[in-house]
Amino acid sequence: MTKAPNPSGESAFNRSAARQLALFGVAIVVGLVGLMWGLNLLASLTATAGGVPPAVDVANNAITVMLTEEPPQLDSTRSTDQVSGIVLGHVMEGLLRYDDRGELAPGMAEAWRIDEGGATFHLRADARWSDGQPVTAHDFVFAWRLGLDPENASEYAFILYPIKNAEAINQGELPVTELGARALDARTLEVEFERPIAFFDKLTAFSTYFPVREDFYRATEGRFGADADQLLYNGPFALSNWVHGQSLRLDRNPHYWDQARIRLDRINVGYITSDPNTRLNLFKDEKIVMTGLTAENLTNALEQRWHIHRHMDGSVFYLDFNHREGRLTRNLNLRKAMILAQDPGELVYKVTKTPGYLPGESLFPRFLEGVQGKFRDEHPAPTYPMDLQAARAHLEAARRELGLEAFPPLVLLAGDNPVSNIQTEYFQAVFKKNLGLDIKIDRQIFKQRLAKMTSGDFDLVLAGWGPDYNDPLTYGDLYASWNLNNRGRYSNPEYDRQVRIAQGAMDAQTRVAAFAEMQRIIHEDVVIIPNYERGVAYVTHPRVKGILRRVVGADTDYTYAWIEP
Amino acid sequence: MLRYSLKRLLQGLVTVFFIATATFFAMHSVPGDPLASDKALTERIRANLEAKYGLDQPLMTQYGIFLGNLLQGDFGISYTQENRRVNDIIREHFPVSATLGILAIAFAGLGGVLWGALTALYRNRLPDVLIMLAVILGISVPSFVFAALGQLLLVQLNGVLGFSVLPVAGWGTVAHMLVPSLVLGLGTMAYLTRLMRSSMLEIVGSDFVRTAKSKGLSARRIFTHHQLRNAILPVVTVLGPAIAAITTGGFVVEMVFAIPGLGRYFVQAVQQLDYTVIMGTTVFYGAFLVFMVIVVDLLYGWIDPRVRLE
Repeated sequence: MTKAPNPSGESAFNRSAARQLALFGVAIVVGLVGLMWGLNLLASLTATAGGVPPAVDVANNAITVMLTEEPPQLDSTRSTDQVSGIVLGHVMEGLLRYDDRGELAPGMAEAWRIDEGGATFHLRADARWSDGQPVTAHDFVFAWRLGLDPENASEYAFILYPIKNAEAINQGELPVTELGARALDARTLEVEFERPIAFFDKLTAFSTYFPVREDFYRATEGRFGADADQLLYNGPFALSNWVHGQSLRLDRNPHYWDQARIRLDRINVGYITSDPNTRLNLFKDEKIVMTGLTAENLTNALEQRWHIHRHMDGSVFYLDFNHREGRLTRNLNLRKAMILAQDPGELVYKVTKTPGYLPGESLFPRFLEGVQGKFRDEHPAPTYPMDLQAARAHLEAARRELGLEAFPPLVLLAGDNPVSNIQTEYFQAVFKKNLGLDIKIDRQIFKQRLAKMTSGDFDLVLAGWGPDYNDPLTYGDLYASWNLNNRGRYSNPEYDRQVRIAQGAMDAQTRVAAFAEMQRIIHEDVVIIPNYERGVAYVTHPRVKGILRRVVGADTDYTYAWIEP
Repeated sequence: MLRYSLKRLLQGLVTVFFIATATFFAMHSVPGDPLASDKALTERIRANLEAKYGLDQPLMTQYGIFLGNLLQGDFGISYTQENRRVNDIIREHFPVSATLGILAIAFAGLGGVLWGALTALYRNRLPDVLIMLAVILGISVPSFVFAALGQLLLVQLNGVLGFSVLPVAGWGTVAHMLVPSLVLGLGTMAYLTRLMRSSMLEIVGSDFVRTAKSKGLSARRIFTHHQLRNAILPVVTVLGPAIAAITTGGFVVEMVFAIPGLGRYFVQAVQQLDYTVIMGTTVFYGAFLVFMVIVVDLLYGWIDPRVRLE
C-alpha cells in the first residue's frame, strides 16, 4: 500500500469533509425515522395496526398460532387442501363431528339413523349460523347439490357419490334437483343411498358435507369464501378478520350450540410462512403455541429440553410401478426382484432420518380400525425382508421372460423436494448395487410430475396417499381398475371384486376381511414398494393444553384447547 | 423535456407488451398441467375448469383474450386461490413489498453513499480497509443467509433480555420492518458503496475540484456541490433497476420473516403453474421496472445538466 502524496491543506479539507459526512449521517437517521413513521402510517392502512399478540394471551383468553400458507379455498364445497381444512374445521361443523377424544360425535345433527338404503338426520333446535339464523336441512341439500354441480367443478365431488344420483349429476347426466337428499322439514334431512355404505356417518364430518346457506351464497356473487365477511359460520369459532397472506382472527362464535366445550375466546393466526426455521424461532420467542420439527431443527429442539410429541398423520408413501401394457415394470419377477433388493427400515432410519417417520409395510397405515382393534394388529402386513440372492434370481427370471440381453435404464419419476431427493438417490444406489439396474431419475415440479403420472410417462414413481375419511377404503379403492388416482393403471379383477365387497357390505367382519385380502394381493402382486408412513414431531407451549392432531379433519385442531392458569 | 418523456413512455409500453407476449408463450410451453392436483379429475370437471379459465381455446385465441383483458387491466382469477382475482392479489400485496422495498432502498442508498464517500476520503487507511471488507461480505453472502442470521440473532437477543426488543417475524408495525428491510438492502448497500467509492476517487483528483479549491471555495461547498453531486451520478443510474430488483426479489426475505408481500406469490405462482398470477405479476413487475428506469433517466437529467442538452 503506497500512500498518495499528501499536499498541505488536503488533510484539513478531509477533516471538513468528514464533518460533512457526519452531518449527512445524522440527516440520514432523522430522515429514516421520518420515513418509517410515514411507512407505519401506510402499513396501518394496508394491514391490521399494532403487533401480533404473544403465544399465550391470558387477558383475552387467546392463543396465537401460525399457518404454513394462505388458506387457498375456504368455500367448503370446493376446498381440497390441508391448510384450508384447518381453518374450516374451526369455523364450520357438519352433521357429525370429531370430538376432543377423536370420536365421532353429534354436530349439527342431534340424532340420526343410518341403514342400508339411506339415512335420516334430525338437526338440533339450537343449531345456528353466525348471524343468528337457524341451520336448516335445506342448507345441507344446497351445499351437496353445489358440491356435485359440474359447473362448480369441485375436485372433491366424488366424496358425495354415496348419495343417490350423485355421480350422474356430477357427470352432467341428471339435474342437481334429482339428488337423493331431501329436507323433509327445516330440521329433518333424509338421504337416499346409491348403494349400501358402512361409513356414511364418518363422511358427514368431512368439509364437502358442510352446510352452505343459499341466500348468503347467492349474495356473495361468486366471491364465497374469499374474505372473512364472504363466509357464514356455524362452527365453534368465526372468522372476524382475514388479512391475506398475513393473519386471520378466529373469535368464539356466540351462536355455536356447544358453548360449554369451547374454552378459548380467540385463536390468532399471526404468521403465515412455510419456512420451518422461522416457525421454530417464533416458538422459541414465545410467539406461537405449536410448531412442527424437521430433521434439521430436531437437535436444536432437543437442546432446549422441550417435550417433543409425535403424531402419525396417516399418509403413506411408496414406489408405484407402471403396470401399463408394454412397460418392463409390468413383469412380476422384476417387481419382486426390486422389492427384495431394498429395505424400508434402512431408508427411514439411516437415509432420510426424518423424525416421526416409520418404515412402510403396507398400503394400509397403522391408524386404521379393524373389527375390534387396529386393522394392522388383526391382519399384520406381510413383508419382504431384504434377500439379495432371491432378488437376483427373480431378476434373471424377469430378463428371460422379457427376452432381454440386459435391462435398459428404468425411469424413476419424482418430485423436487429434499426428502424425495434423498429417497430417489437411495433407490438409485440400492438397485444399482444390488441388482445392477440403472435408474434414471426424472425430477419434476409438482404439476409436471402429476401430468406425467396421469399420462403414464414413467416406470416407477415416488407417490403417496393421505386419507379423505377414516375408513380403510380410502386407501383400498386406490388400486381399483376404475380409480383415476390409480396412476400406474394396475388392474386385477380379483382386487376389484374385493373393493366392491368393501364398498357394499355393511358388516365390519366382511369388510375387514376384504381389506385383508386387498393387502395380501398388493403384497403378492408387488403392486407397490411401501417406503414409509409419515409422522410429524412437534412441540407445544407448556401452558396450552388440549391441542389435537388428527388424521382426518382439521390437523392441527385448537377447538378444544385451553390455557392452563 | 415533455417530448422526451412521452417518447420514453411509449418505448416503455412497447417493452411491456413484449414482456407480456414472451412470458405468455414461455409459460404455455413450460411442461406441466396447471389444473393437475393430487386427486385425479374426472373428464367432466376437467372440461368445466378448462372452460372457466379459457384453456379449451386454441393458444392464439387465449393470447387474444389475454391481450384484450390486459388492455382493460384485468388479469383474471387465480388458479390456486380460485375465488381471488389477480388484481386483488397485486393490490393487497404489492404495497407490502413496496414498503419493504422503499425502506431497503433508503438503507441501501443512504448507507451506500455515506460509506462510499467515507472510504474515498480515508483511502487506504483503516476505515477504508474495514468498510471494504464488509462490502465484500455484503456482496458475496446471499440475502437468505443474512435473513436467517438476523432472525436467529433477534431470538437470542430477545431471549437474553427477557423481553421482545424487535419482533422475530410478522408484519404490521415499523418494528416488524426494520430487520427485514436492512437484510434486504444489505447487498445493494454494499454494491453502492463500492460504486460510490470509485466514482468519488475519480472526482477527488479531477480538474474541476482543483479549480474549485484554487478559487478559494470553502471545503464544505466543494464537497457538497462539486464532489458529492458528481460522484452520486452512477449511484442514481443503478438505483432504478435496484429498486425494481429489491421490490421483486424480496421472496426469500418475505418467506423467512413471514411477510405478506407480492414476492411470495411471484415465485409460488411459477412453481404451481398458476397461469393468471404468473402473467399478472410478471406484467406488473415488468411495467414497474420499465417505469423506474424512465424515472431515473429523467432524474438523471435533473442532477446532471449535461444530459439535458440532448
